[in-house]
Amino acid sequence: MATKLKEVDVVIVGLGWTGGILAKELSAAGLKVVALERGSMRTTESDFAVPNIRDELRYVVRHDLMQNTARDTLTVRNNIAQEALPMRRLGSFLPGETVGGSGVHWSGHTWRWTDMDLKIRSFYEERYGKNHIPADMTIQDWGISYAELEPYYDKFEYVAAVSGKAGNLRGQLQAGGNPFEAARARDYPLPPLTPVLANEMFKGAAQNLGYHPFPRPSANASRAYTNPDGSSFGACQYCGHCQRFGCEANAKGSPHMTVIPIAMRNPNFELRTNMWVTKIVKDGSGKRVTGVNYTNVLTGEEFEQPATMVMLTAYALNNVHLMLLSGIGQPYDPVSQTGVIGKNYCYQTGAAATLFFEGHHFNPFMNAGGSSSTMDDFNVNVDFDRGKAGFVGGYIVGAGFNTALPIGYRPVPSGTPAWGSAWKAATAKWYDTAMQISMSGGVMANRNNYFDLDPTYRNAFGQPLMRMTFDYQANEHRIGQHAAQIINTIAKSMNPTRLNPAVARTQPWTVVPYQSTHNTGGSIMGTHPKESAVNKYLQSWDCHNLFVVGANVFPHNAAYNPTGPVGALAYWTADAIKNRYLKNPGPLVQA
Amino acid sequence: MMRSHDKPPSPETSGADDAGSPGRRSFLKGGIAGGAAATASALAPLATVAQGPQTPVATPAAVAGPAYAWLSQDEAGFIEAVVDHMVPADALSPKGTDLGINIYIDRALAGGWGKGERLYLQGPWKQGTPSQGYQLPLVPADLYRAGIAAVNVHCVKTWGKRFDKISAAQREECLLGMQGGKIAFEAGPPARVFFTTLYQNVMEGMFADPIHGGNRNKAGWKLIGFPGAIAVHHQNVEKFRGKKYSVEPVGIADMS
Repeated sequence: MATKLKEVDVVIVGLGWTGGILAKELSAAGLKVVALERGSMRTTESDFAVPNIRDELRYVVRHDLMQNTARDTLTVRNNIAQEALPMRRLGSFLPGETVGGSGVHWSGHTWRWTDMDLKIRSFYEERYGKNHIPADMTIQDWGISYAELEPYYDKFEYVAAVSGKAGNLRGQLQAGGNPFEAARARDYPLPPLTPVLANEMFKGAAQNLGYHPFPRPSANASRAYTNPDGSSFGACQYCGHCQRFGCEANAKGSPHMTVIPIAMRNPNFELRTNMWVTKIVKDGSGKRVTGVNYTNVLTGEEFEQPATMVMLTAYALNNVHLMLLSGIGQPYDPVSQTGVIGKNYCYQTGAAATLFFEGHHFNPFMNAGGSSSTMDDFNVNVDFDRGKAGFVGGYIVGAGFNTALPIGYRPVPSGTPAWGSAWKAATAKWYDTAMQISMSGGVMANRNNYFDLDPTYRNAFGQPLMRMTFDYQANEHRIGQHAAQIINTIAKSMNPTRLNPAVARTQPWTVVPYQSTHNTGGSIMGTHPKESAVNKYLQSWDCHNLFVVGANVFPHNAAYNPTGPVGALAYWTADAIKNRYLKNPGPLVQA
Repeated sequence: MMRSHDKPPSPETSGADDAGSPGRRSFLKGGIAGGAAATASALAPLATVAQGPQTPVATPAAVAGPAYAWLSQDEAGFIEAVVDHMVPADALSPKGTDLGINIYIDRALAGGWGKGERLYLQGPWKQGTPSQGYQLPLVPADLYRAGIAAVNVHCVKTWGKRFDKISAAQREECLLGMQGGKIAFEAGPPARVFFTTLYQNVMEGMFADPIHGGNRNKAGWKLIGFPGAIAVHHQNVEKFRGKKYSVEPVGIADMS
């Protein structure tokens, strides 16, 4: 029998970027806040210190900071005709599982998604006509505009120490920045990272071909920095151990060294680690939630934590899972296309070429998480003709290095044997003399890509696993083909000694190898409860005192990394709660 | 198919379970001291061994060769042969066993990873599609046990000897067959699944920090010019842009 605890104002489920932001903001507003985190405490001082943090096997290969699939995982299948089977170990994506969440092990790439994505259906229908959007592509406008989000993007960039170069300041294009970005009120808080050779070579080649490369904006502090909250950052050391690691220099913008310690200094806030939330509890009317049930994973004890408000701020996949387990909202059915919870799961697509340059030295071990020169010519460039290209969405192309460590990164020209003396010789020759050009492409929502509860497999708490049904569609294959051709054109113009060209993906999505931890959708935001799970303030249409914050609210996935809008939406939601909801608790948007 | 069906399967060659046959294992354990010794000795073909005396032979007090925490002697013989074949000694590096890749694999299998840490192990067990990834009801240590036994059955049937006794050309053919899915084990796990794990672990043993038992003397890192655990490059990123950065690599133990 669960022990019923004393009611608090707010319970936060999962303490990464979104939970951390809400914890800080709502406890500062005078609310009594309890955060429940299923992972353990991790701090820079005790957990990310040199030398032990420099362990590729432990952190990259064995996933030390990631979700433990022995306890909870997903079942996966490519389509509804298949039987879903459990993802028995992590592969394609890597949700974090500690205080700080995936915000500890990310690389820091921070983008502002523009109205091209936020108003995606309107944009394509107006520009290319309704027939340009395939009938099974369930993209929809987000119900929010770039202008509304701009101050919150700004806030997140300054908190997370984003290094970059503005391309558009209040409508004035800026040399060296991204000319396609939406207008920003001010520049990034920090100048761009120092480029590495691969960045410079790509930049030169792309410019020669008429493209517009710029330094990728990243939450890797290019120099020592104190953010507006007083959190101190060291300068990035280009240590080459960024993605999948915690940062020993506190140079990577992460919640465990910014918003979370600030919340923890506030007596209104209490953090409980190793607490696994199993259910959000609804009242008899079904119109409100009354708190959460959770299990202490160190003892097995069960608790009920009553709360006036619940913030669901776990990893995107786990937010959707908890909504399905708790019966919040109507589950989505792909056959009848009714219901919303589970709808519009999206992912990303990619392709890469490897360029080998005899005699060059790229020093692939010397880079920041954001050491990338990137171009947006085929992404938020409104003049890129999608009618001719035959797809919806786009892709970014970039070159550089991010965590190119030797167990995982040993480029050799195609045709090299996989072992033996010839393999060794090629590995020795090309490790330092190769670079890659890669693309990240968006994935549009499709009626057949969704989540529901698995009928067979269960987690360590006896609850059904979430079932992921996903595959790439023709739109993604066309993006991949277009991108591969552009990448190979740029690569050939650089005249490498050898080239492994980019090849567009045609195979179904697979759970191995690693692809991207950019899982989006499942409890999406929108303008109407028939088509979305939450309103523009990320407030549940069904239960007004439940807010669901994370990339799970994205109605589709763009080419960009998701953390920029995830952070911005968390601040936007915090403001909506503080300024409007607390004064008059109830739906912030009338359905 | 590369499998020969000339001989009826003997209890020693019929599949994964035989690796666990106590009689044979205790014989080998007593009779052949240490993997290095086993590799060096002119071991009789498996069938002959199996028919030989079952009385354990006293282990010599001083034994050359590595000690293993998980691998049995015949499993160790297989691993040593694989790592020395994949990473031969040449001008660029010592051979796989001299890098400790066999020790890395043994420790990985003896430890949490080998015993299925972080692996979802609930049934029902189904083969699934290639998209669905690893679906065997085996933790890595058991995958190795079954996989090595199955490879040796295949080698005995095809070439009359276990993997560690066949020629380099035959080893190459066997490994390529596993990698390419051309070999199907009669019993035991899919050859390709076992190979994929084995190959990944060989690479880990060559390139992971030496604290994990392999990459001895950081020879894997020296091969490619990876500087190791020291990484304070705020100044270097500009200073060495496009230039060779040569340092003696540093491991975690060097800084602890």
